[in-house]
This record gives sequence, C-alpha cells and structure tokens, in this order.
Amino acid sequence: MNPFVKIHDAWKSFDQGRVEVLRGVNLEVNEGEIVALCGASGCGKSTLLNCISGLEEIDRGHVSVSGHDVVNESVRVNLLRKHIGYVFQFHHLMQDLTLAENCYVPVIAVGGARQEALERMQELAEATGMSHRLHQRVRELSGGERQRGALIRSLMNDPKLLLCDEPTGALDEKNREKVFDLLLDLVRKNGRTLILATHDPELAARCDRTLRMRDGRI
Amino acid sequence: MIFTNLRRHRVRTAIGAIGIALGVATMLSVVGILGGAVKMFERILRSDSEMVVFERNVSDLFFSNVPVGLADELNSQKFVREAKPVLFAIIAAPERPVVTCFGITTTDGRLKKGEWLFGKISDFHENGNGIVLGERAADFLNAALGDTIELGQGQYSVAGIVRMENGFENGGVFMPLLTCQKAFHKEGVCSVVTVALAEGHEAAEVKHWMRTNHQGLTALENEEFSNSYSQFKIMKITAWVVGGCAFLLGGLSVTNTMILSVFGRIRELAIARVCGFSRGQIARMIFGESLVISAIGILSGWLLSMGVLAALRAIPTLQGYVEPSIGLTELFGASSLAILTALIGALYPAWYAAKLNPAAALRFE
Repeated sequence: MNPFVKIHDAWKSFDQGRVEVLRGVNLEVNEGEIVALCGASGCGKSTLLNCISGLEEIDRGHVSVSGHDVVNESVRVNLLRKHIGYVFQFHHLMQDLTLAENCYVPVIAVGGARQEALERMQELAEATGMSHRLHQRVRELSGGERQRGALIRSLMNDPKLLLCDEPTGALDEKNREKVFDLLLDLVRKNGRTLILATHDPELAARCDRTLRMRDGRI
Repeated sequence: MIFTNLRRHRVRTAIGAIGIALGVATMLSVVGILGGAVKMFERILRSDSEMVVFERNVSDLFFSNVPVGLADELNSQKFVREAKPVLFAIIAAPERPVVTCFGITTTDGRLKKGEWLFGKISDFHENGNGIVLGERAADFLNAALGDTIELGQGQYSVAGIVRMENGFENGGVFMPLLTCQKAFHKEGVCSVVTVALAEGHEAAEVKHWMRTNHQGLTALENEEFSNSYSQFKIMKITAWVVGGCAFLLGGLSVTNTMILSVFGRIRELAIARVCGFSRGQIARMIFGESLVISAIGILSGWLLSMGVLAALRAIPTLQGYVEPSIGLTELFGASSLAILTALIGALYPAWYAAKLNPAAALRFE
C-alpha cells in the first residue's frame, strides 16, 4: 500500500539558509494512521506540518500527499481545499464573526453547495457538542469551545488528512482532554489520517505511532 | 466574504466610501454647475438661431467687434431667414459693479420670450432712452416702471420689467442696440450676429459666404461654437480638473482603507489561505471589497450631489444663474473614474495580500 503522506529527504531553512530547521527528514504515514510528532520547541514540528500542507515550500527533497507531489501553488491550493484540514494551537477564528460564519470559510474557498455545507456543519457541531453555539460570535465562546470550533472548520470539506499543531496547547487540563478525545473520535470514526505535533507525552501515547524530532530530524 | 468583511469593519468601509462619495459629489456638482452655466450662456447666444458670427480669434465675446451692417448683408442672402446683431457689455450701477447688458434690436426674440411683469414690448424703442430690466435686475437696482436709473455714465428710464427664464438675462439690462452702442462707444458694431437659417439651407453656405466676404469674422454653428469657445473650454476643463483632484483624494482614501484593511487582518488572510483560498481568490476578494466601497461611494456621491444641486436651485439669489444638471455622460464619467480609482487603490493591497506567506503570516505578531 502506498503511504498517504510521503516525505523524502526534506530540507528547509530560514533566514537565507542561516537557520536550518528540517535536515533531511524522511517520513511515511499510512492512510488512517494517527501519528504524533514529539519534540522540544523549535525542533521543527510546525515547519514539518507546514511543509506537508504546502504552506511552506521545502528547499529540497520531496513531499507528496495522497499521491500528489507538493510542487506548486495549484497543488497546494488543491490539497488545502480537498485533502488537508489544519488545526493550530490557537484557534485563529475571526472573533467578530459567528462560529457558523467562520466554519463556512473553507466552503467558500471550494465554492461548495450551501445547503450541503450547512448540513455538514450541523452534523459536526452536534458531534463536537457545539450545535447550540454555532450562531454565537467567537468572542463569546470559551477557549475550549473556540478550539472545538476550529476543529469543525478544519473538517468542513471532509479532508482525509488532519494536521494538528499543538491543538490543545492553549487549553486547561479539563478542556485539553475533552478536545483531544473529540479529535481522536472524529479521526478514527471516519478513517482519517492524523499527524499531531505535540510536546505532551500523554497525548502522544494515545496515538498509533510516536515520532520524535530533534534538530530537524526524525 | 466581501460583504462580511466590509460589514465587520464598518468605520473603515465608511471612511473609504465617504472619500469616493466626496470625489463623486464634487465632480458631479462642479461639472453640473459649470455645465449648466455653459448651457445657459449658450442659450443667450442662440436665441432662436442656429449660428453665431463673431470676430475671428477673440478671447472673449465682449471684445468681439462685428459691423452691424453685416446683419443686413446676411438678411439679404437667400440662405438666411433672419440675422440679428447683439452687443454684450458689462455696465456698473451704484452698489452693483457688474450688470450684464444686452444691446438688442426691437425685433429680437428675447424680450418676446420673457413674461412682461410691467410695461409692454411696444415701449422698447430702437433709439430711445428706455431700457427693459430683467426681474432680478429690477430687484437689486430697486427700480420700478417709469423710474430713471443711473447705469454707467448715463441715466435711463425703465420702460419695462420682464421675467426671463435664464438667470443671466433675468439679472440683466436690455438696451436698444443704438443706445447701447453709444453708452459703450461702440457705434456701428456689435459683439455677435445670430443667424437663423432659411428652410432647406445649410450652415456650410453661411460659412462659405463669410469666408469669401468677411475673412476677419467667423461663423460657427452653435454646437461648434460651444466646443471651440475658449471660455467654455476653460470652464469645462476646470470642472473636470477640480473633480479629478477630488477623485485623487478619494482614491487615496480607498488605498488607505484597503491597506489598513489588509494589514489589519494578515492572520485572517493567512487562515483563508489555509482554508483553501488561492492567491487569485484573495486578490479578487480585496478588489471586490474596493469595488463595493466604490459602488457605495458612487451612489452616496450621486445622491449628495443631487442634494447640493437641489440646494443651489433653492437659493433665491442663484436662481436662474446656475442651471445645475447632471447628464448621463457626467454620471458615467464620474462612475468610471470612481471604479478606476477603486481598482488602482486596491492594486497594492491586493498584491500584498495575495503574495502573503500564510505560514509566516500566522507567526505575525
């Protein structure tokens, strides 16, 4: 079986090559697999996720997702529209919009059907226990609710791969457990692939596989 | 997204739209007022005629000297139905330094068109001392029928008061041509000869005849005259330049609004990219926002200019002097400029937003 995410000898540096963040990373993740990327801050976890999604361009090497080589802008846009959902440490929702309006943004990007999108939104909101909060402005939601909202937004276009960068990092213990349970549930139930960047060993232990990053290498 | 974004930043949107609205309103108002003034002046010259004859290469019709005898010569031509001399002058009255004066013959159609409030047209004699005042002129000169008033160096009796539709005429003094020539030491000459063509004849015949017989004079059709008369040209150019400057300011306002809008939501734009927006979609969104701001500005500016022009019409002292009107050409011109301004104003912000590196933007503090 071909791996869903395949990275071969990926290099990435910043500041005109002065700061090397990824140094020959090799990684293969199968479809439906849940992988934790652990490591200290600055070891390159977020950069690796960005390179998988195409938000960052690698300097050299090879990255492919769902059989698509991440080589140019149109492939990146296509991946982000159809194949990849992204959840960050901070929710990055628009504070003055309602949760529903925020969740509709990915649908606008793909030009999806409104009714279908609203149904899906409702379904995800029910799964995350947020159906009663959909029409609240983000600024009126608690931290845990916002992160659950970000999770709904990332799943709106039904991506096969979910990239999560410290998704519970900004939450208290109670909410961290709740959101992570929900995340695993939504991923497992639908056979999605999850790559999770975290420095929390407890969360990593609940994944299928844990990879440790150090100095830009796995 | 476009409307949502604009709604979320109402103040910013309003400032941008106000900038465009003021530009549109200024342009439409200035163009409307000056265009109206030009039209009114054209009508003074026209007065039931199709052509106007004046001295070649004069900068202003007040300096034009055309022999009065030309009217008789033209009247004897088969292609002319009627030719009439008119002398334009500016005369001073006590406490009123500028009063427009029309030296006309008794058969001139102008006085027939007016509504005679006092006196009658038969009291207006060819070589008499009686003058006819426009209603507003009678008002500001504080003159009544039969009064003797002082104008320039002379004393004249008021033979009639007429209400004229045209403000310049309504605020003017009509003198018998001979009396006017004497008052301004222009015996034997007039400013223009207006020419009404005989049926079935064309302006080219008059032009040809003038070229052959009076090379120092020029005959133009009314529209040609309007397009070539330097005073009109200056007025029209002034209107568009003033309007253009207003637009420049409006454009800067839109640019500023859009730059602030982009810089103020760098993370949001990055998230939009993460959600699958392409660079093109981001650029289109910024251009779209700018165009919607512009559309609001155009509509508001148009309404504002209608208000300004309506207010001007309502001012009694301006009634008849300005005939503010906004034509489709002006509206189309102002709208096109507003749209162009919006597009140019959004160019840099759209480019900046589209080239944004989403990963770097998400780290942006």
